[in-house]
This record gives sequence, C-alpha cells and structure tokens, in this order.
Amino acid sequence: MTEKRSKAKERSGHPLDDLLREDRIPHIWCPGCGIGTAFSSCLKAIRSSGVEPKNVVMVSGIGCSGRAAGYVNLDSFHTTHGRAIPFATGLKLANPVLHVIVFSGDGDLFAIGGNHLIHAARRNVDMTVICVNNFNYGMTGGQVAATTPKSARTTTTPFGNPETPFSLPHIAYASGATYVARWTILHTREIAKSVEEALLKKGFSFIEVLSPCPVNYGRRNRESSLETLKIYQDKTIIKNGAHPSSVDIDPEKGIILGKFIDVDRPTCKEMYDKICRSE
Amino acid sequence: MEFWRIPLDVEEIQITRGVVHILEERCKGCGYCIEFCPRQVLAFSSRFNERGYHPPVIKNPDDCVNCHYCEIICPEFAIYSIEISEQDDKRPDPRLHSNPR
Repeated sequence: MTEKRSKAKERSGHPLDDLLREDRIPHIWCPGCGIGTAFSSCLKAIRSSGVEPKNVVMVSGIGCSGRAAGYVNLDSFHTTHGRAIPFATGLKLANPVLHVIVFSGDGDLFAIGGNHLIHAARRNVDMTVICVNNFNYGMTGGQVAATTPKSARTTTTPFGNPETPFSLPHIAYASGATYVARWTILHTREIAKSVEEALLKKGFSFIEVLSPCPVNYGRRNRESSLETLKIYQDKTIIKNGAHPSSVDIDPEKGIILGKFIDVDRPTCKEMYDKICRSE
Repeated sequence: MEFWRIPLDVEEIQITRGVVHILEERCKGCGYCIEFCPRQVLAFSSRFNERGYHPPVIKNPDDCVNCHYCEIICPEFAIYSIEISEQDDKRPDPRLHSNPR
C-alpha cells in the first residue's frame, strides 16, 4: 500500500495530493460534475486556513457528494444517510479541539437529514457545513428532490416539477446559523475564502455550493455542464449581506450569491459550560 | 499583454509567470480549464488518454500568469501550475509585446 502510494506521488505532483487518498483517485464523480471542484476548493481552504490537518475531520453522509469523506487524507467519516450532522456533533462535543467539516449533498442534508440540520443550527454547534446542491438525487438516478426548481424535469417529474423548492440559506438562517453563504462552482476562490472563514469561525456555518449534474439533472433539462456554468457566469448576482429571504435561484431574475450572514452567538458548548458546568 | 499605451509604472509591474502541468491520466475531459482560463492558455487535444477522454493541451504557454484558476476548478485534481522565477524564464517579457506607436 505504502509503496503504491509513494509511486503515485512520484508520478504526479498536484499541490493538493497530500490531502488526498491518491490510491482512490480518480474518483467516481461523472465528467463535468461540480462536486470535485467544490471538494478541491474545500481542500484549498483547509490548506490556506493554517489549521493543522490532524485537527480537521471531514464527515459526509450518503449520496454523490458523500463520497468526499473517502477521498480525503484526513480523519474522515462516511456516515449513514442523512446523519452526517449528528455524527459531526458527537465528534465536536467529544473533542472540542477538532475542526469539523460536514461535506454532503442537498438530499442528504435537507431531505432525509433536514431535522438534524435545523437542530444543529439551533444549538449552534461549532461546525462547517458545505452543501453541494445539484438540484436532484443524482446518485439514485435523478429523482425530484427538495431543491428541484419549479417545472424542472426529473425522472419522477417528467412533465415538470409542480412543487416549490427549499431556499437553503433561508432555512439555515431561520434555524440560527451564524454564517451563511452561497456560491457556485465557478466561484472557486469565493468558496475557498468562505470555507476558510467558516473553519476559523466559532459557530454553525453553512455554505451552499450550486453545482451542475450533467448526467441526470442536466440531461433531462437540456443543459450540458458547460452551459450550466455559462448560466452561472451570466445570470449570477453577488449581493453580500442580502437578507436570506430574498435570495432566489431564478435564472430569469438572477441567481443571488454572496456571504449573507456573519454574526456571533454563543455556541452549544459555551452555553453548556456556562449553565451546566459553572459549579 | 497588449497595451494601447505604455503605462507609466511599467518598470515596476511584476507579472508572475507560470508553467501548467497536466496529469493526463486523471483527466475526464470536462473542458472547464479550457473554457474558463482567463488567458486562453489551453485547448482540447485530439489524442485520447488511457480512459478515452481528450485531455487539454497547452496552446499558448507564454500567456500563463500562474493564477491557479485551472488548478481549483479542475474537478479531477488533474492540472496545476507552478510559478517560475524571472531568472529561469526564457520566454519573452510580456511587456515587450506592447508597441503603442
């Protein structure tokens, strides 16, 4: 194993290789999928934040983006479906020195794991949640998800989606997150900067990353991954500090991006220590 | 870089230069690095890598300014750039290209 690893190191030389389990690369994500970009921005942020890699833990749930935990050469945890945040909460409470990153998808964090997310935000557990939003359940075949835009076609909504999608930053804000941002995979530097700020921030930080899903969502909505990125280039508006209730994802009116919320609130552990351990 | 007139501080401006390295066996041919390179350094090659994708090829090596955008946007960890110092740089100075009159 180690021989194989050192061989791989000789062959390549990517600057992020030491944060990757190189024997598992290439990863399973499809050509044009944005998860790899979100993942590399995240690794870049870990590198530039100056946090010791041995104090960083990556937790992810099930789904395409859930595979990230298996590719990162840090302590990592690939958990049960939707339960990435409870595992991460446990890690953080057991060892408060750790910087816990939850890297997962919209289906995992907001559909099956929706309750965990809102309660972790309410308690203000000190962790960084990166949600890669590809607007459908990519791994299981492109079914309609809680984030699928109105009238978008998926496997289970062949005539168009009749339901209204969640606004993820609004949920995170309403539940009590202290840092809320949204970017697309085209905004790699902004993602890296946000993740870095979130890592160093005390409190629950939520970063949504919009990403193309060329094989499932894109194919059924007649969008190649490059066309999706062109939409991200032409139709996005950066409004830092915008109220999360006003941040739409509507290509007609513009996709609002930016760092929406950055406030300070006592964290779960601080409150517990103050109230229950003050004697 | 083409200037319509030579800026007054042209002697002080430092333009970093980079060399792009491509790990062809990792590439899945999504084309992000080619499409979004701010200096159009890259292009699709006509040959295939071992998995049957067309990896990028360096079209304009002199134009790379080591911005690292290809490095972060690449979902496959298959491309990166390294800065070269001015002493090692055998390429023409980009400032010499400008000819205002």
